[in-house]
Amino acid sequence: MRWAIDVTVMPKTGVSDPQGEAVRGGLAMLGFSGVQDVRVGRHILLEVSAADALAAGEAAQRMAERLLSNPVIEMFSVGEPRLVGGG
Amino acid sequence: MAGVAVITFPGSNGDTDAFHAFRDGLGCRTSMVDYRETDFSGYDALVLPGGFSYGDYLRCGAIARFAPAMEAIRAFAEWGGPVLGICNGFQILTEAHLLPGALLKNASLRFHSAWVHVRVVSTASAWTSGLMADEVLHLPVAHGGGNYFVDDETLARLRDRDQVVFRYVDADGSPSSEASINGSVDEIAGVRNEAGNVVGLMPHPERAADQLIGGDDGLRLLAHAAAMAGVSA
Repeated sequence: MRWAIDVTVMPKTGVSDPQGEAVRGGLAMLGFSGVQDVRVGRHILLEVSAADALAAGEAAQRMAERLLSNPVIEMFSVGEPRLVGGG
Repeated sequence: MAGVAVITFPGSNGDTDAFHAFRDGLGCRTSMVDYRETDFSGYDALVLPGGFSYGDYLRCGAIARFAPAMEAIRAFAEWGGPVLGICNGFQILTEAHLLPGALLKNASLRFHSAWVHVRVVSTASAWTSGLMADEVLHLPVAHGGGNYFVDDETLARLRDRDQVVFRYVDADGSPSSEASINGSVDEIAGVRNEAGNVVGLMPHPERAADQLIGGDDGLRLLAHAAAMAGVSA
């Protein structure tokens, strides 16, 4: 069975985020007031073959831990696997 | 033994300069070795050069960490052989957890290409034990992601254990936050592992290998480990 899983990787709290700061500055320059903070991360869409949602989710978790996210500077969240195909 | 191995990953571009610095600047037996090599036990020292391995995709050095050579590099490092990571090489070593910390994008979000000064903070490494404590080297940097980060607890531990090897300083050698043009925590330009055989730094010693191109302080950094490995001409 094929599963789509969304993985979101964000800078950890306490890690400086130059991209976020640059975007915040850009928004201010464009006239958007009241933007208190911006953090910029990464969204990865995985499509994996697995017997069930649990297996798919666990595989995504391991992928995030090993490659998709650097635990020194990032945190991640793995969404609920969505069935996208049989076989 | 077979001398210095400069390891080329797909996208490395500092490999030829590193090869030239060791072979022609120092007279070492030097080889360019491909990222598919799986045994470095015959070599005396390994160099992970600068560049944009794997296009810097996902994170700088993130994918190079899974190259076939990486397990052999790890084995060589665990055996105690000298390993030097320059720029992208430093990024790869942090991603592989052979060095602590991580390299973020420069605080300015700009690519910095300039000559800088770094102070030798620790001589307790295979690459700096031939240098004088507090000596200042003039080296070029060229990076978009040289912003060194460790959390407070790890920083305290690195300072305690003399693992900070280089800090950015002014031309007169004074510490200054402006000197760290990339925003690195504690103005850190390079670190070592606990054993001292693995060193990573963002500046390019191999590009400071000749007075004709701006300076040869880099050769001082490369020379000692090469000599200890018994490969100088």
